[in-house]
Amino acid sequence: MKLLNVSGSPHVHSGESVKRIMWDVNIALIPMLLTAILFFGLDALFVSLVSVCSCLLFQWLIEKFLMKTRTTISDGSAVITGLLLAFNLPSGLPLWIVIIGALVAIGIGKMSFGGLGKNPFNPALVGRVFLLISFPVQMTTWPTPQGIGGIFANSTIDAATGATPLAAFKEAVKNGTANLDMPSLMDAFLGHIGGSMGEVSAIAIIIGGIYMLCRKVITWHIPVSFIGTALVFSAILWCVNPSHYMDPITTILTGGLMLGAVFMATDMVTSPMSKWGQVVFGAGCGLLTIIIRNWGSYPEGVSFAILLMNACVPLINKGFKPKRFAK
Amino acid sequence: MRTFRLGGVHPEENKISTNAAIEVFPLPKQAVVFLSQHLGAPATPVVAKGDEVKTGQLIAKAEAFVCANIHSPVTGKVNKIDTMKDIFGFSKTAIVIDVAEKEEWVETVDTTPDIKRDIALSQKEIVDKLKEMGIVGLGGATFPTHIKYMIPEGKKAEYLLINAAECEPYLTSDHRVILDHTEEVLIGISILRKALGVPKAYIGIESNKPEPIARLQEMAKQFEGIEVVPLKVKYPQGAEKQLIYSITRRSVPSGKLPIDVGCVVNNIGTAFSVYEAVQKNKPLIETIMTVTGKSLGINQHNFVVRIGTPFIDLANAIGGIPDDTAKIISGGTMMGKAIANPEGPITKGVSSMLFMSEEEAYRHEEQDCIRCGKCVKACPMGLEPYLFSSLINNGKFQEAADNHLMDCMECGCCLFSCPAHKPLTDEIRLAKTKLRQMQQKK
Repeated sequence: MKLLNVSGSPHVHSGESVKRIMWDVNIALIPMLLTAILFFGLDALFVSLVSVCSCLLFQWLIEKFLMKTRTTISDGSAVITGLLLAFNLPSGLPLWIVIIGALVAIGIGKMSFGGLGKNPFNPALVGRVFLLISFPVQMTTWPTPQGIGGIFANSTIDAATGATPLAAFKEAVKNGTANLDMPSLMDAFLGHIGGSMGEVSAIAIIIGGIYMLCRKVITWHIPVSFIGTALVFSAILWCVNPSHYMDPITTILTGGLMLGAVFMATDMVTSPMSKWGQVVFGAGCGLLTIIIRNWGSYPEGVSFAILLMNACVPLINKGFKPKRFAK
Repeated sequence: MRTFRLGGVHPEENKISTNAAIEVFPLPKQAVVFLSQHLGAPATPVVAKGDEVKTGQLIAKAEAFVCANIHSPVTGKVNKIDTMKDIFGFSKTAIVIDVAEKEEWVETVDTTPDIKRDIALSQKEIVDKLKEMGIVGLGGATFPTHIKYMIPEGKKAEYLLINAAECEPYLTSDHRVILDHTEEVLIGISILRKALGVPKAYIGIESNKPEPIARLQEMAKQFEGIEVVPLKVKYPQGAEKQLIYSITRRSVPSGKLPIDVGCVVNNIGTAFSVYEAVQKNKPLIETIMTVTGKSLGINQHNFVVRIGTPFIDLANAIGGIPDDTAKIISGGTMMGKAIANPEGPITKGVSSMLFMSEEEAYRHEEQDCIRCGKCVKACPMGLEPYLFSSLINNGKFQEAADNHLMDCMECGCCLFSCPAHKPLTDEIRLAKTKLRQMQQKK
């Protein structure tokens, strides 16, 4: 008689897989890629391609020759890192800097800890912050969006550059100039403002976020507590002194706050496990972002805020356990 | 719709054998009756090699407190009392009976098909009868039923809950027993209600069984104090603590028993055997089994089978084990056990023989945890399986216990939903065994 398989229960599986989750995130990133190309032209596409390809290549090389394990580039996680890194960069960034960013993101941010699932910090943010500190000039040269015609612009050499709304505001506050011309809320919502490729268009981020919510890749806890806290905190500051602090709606629509709240802070590897832990994590990110934006030396604080909160995750997991049955 | 609050999953229901009415399965050539078919100590044999036994005759007696009487499921001659292999490949002591050609029941058993409604016995007599007839819980744990009705001093039973949730995929024996023996089941519940002395019994049943719900609701009108409670289709709805919460909104604390919150829970299949024991004097010598699997096509069955019948007989009777079978499960796909030895006999509480194909039973390769937290979300006890996994793999069993590992009931929701296919439930089982060993050493 044929031998039977024996194993412990359960004998069926939901069909959920790491690969499916990762490719779902990639699908959710497509609207942002499209708006980036729309507003910043083909440069955006080149930066994204170079970033994704070098992330894949570095992961493959490290797994093949340094770790000597099975290569896992098909699981889609390196593509996410590549895309998210690109979305956190200005579209006019020289490509060799993008490649360095990818090496740091994958090599130091992810593989040095043992690969997917073991990294304490969001790899794309590790790469981004490394570049921000190492290449401050290039990293803050923001091509101004070209409108719908951006896709036909030849290259960034011809394109005008300008400050992001956040940087302009900070400068204005420092110099004591009031009544600065801020972008209209509609422009900020659609993405017609200066900034990193992926962070400008709130609508694209929201579409991606809704897709991930529907596919149960993320839950509402982190984005809502992140954005909510930032909204409430900045509203309080604005009420105290409207000429010195940015209004809350512009605050959440500009800079990387939306991108950070929906895509970066929700990275399952580097966020807490329990619902309450996630709420605390999101609130911490929101609070730190506003603090850094207003009182730090950088105009933008989302990356630092998320990385700082990433470091707190083991502690949050210890302190905020899921609710047990009958407790 | 009522349900429990934390966690839970929804596996494919696959109740493909619901339309197969219960058939009587023919007697085996030889019956292998284990002395331990229940939770607790094994029973002590009261027959010897060469003895002639009748169907329903006591052959092993319960001597310990947590133990159950065992009766002969067949008429015949005791061939030997020896160690035999059970379906999982473990050796246990069994009474082996060669089956005679002509079946002869013990005189006291009422074998007529008439339904007896009046409950003549008193509260105490019922409990004694359950003990005498070797009734055990048929929901899977095979806990001797009479013990549940001996309420410890200082505790008070307020609710009788009947578990008809049948939340396990594939299983349909409860579904069928409700349809085919509605009145007997309700009489059985009335008997249990009397034994417990409570005003009301609630039948918890998942809402994916509209026909049994309608049948029970219609028939329950003729009975006093029985309410049918449809429950949301969510696994593990039929787990004891979850069922109690769904119906009564009471939570059984960690390490406590249902009676601590005033509840007694019994399976609906048990209610049927209680009816037979109390009204018909028939000991527990049969079990209702679903024989199912996708490979069987329309060849689905529900049988009433004598205890001691080899598992393989069931497969042979329906045309053999399907060719693509990779795994045979006794029980459902979530908590059932994989069978290693199909020649082994059926015991009390066995509810199914489920054939799974290679494709269906395939276990994917384990990957690294991506800390997605799906196991935490799925856990109906509110535990952290991912944490157990890393603690267990680092040998930190005590720390796992400090994080309430022992509250785990091994329902399998964590492994079911893990995208990295980590064997979480297996690791937890291992740690529980290890922790019990550590405790014994102390």
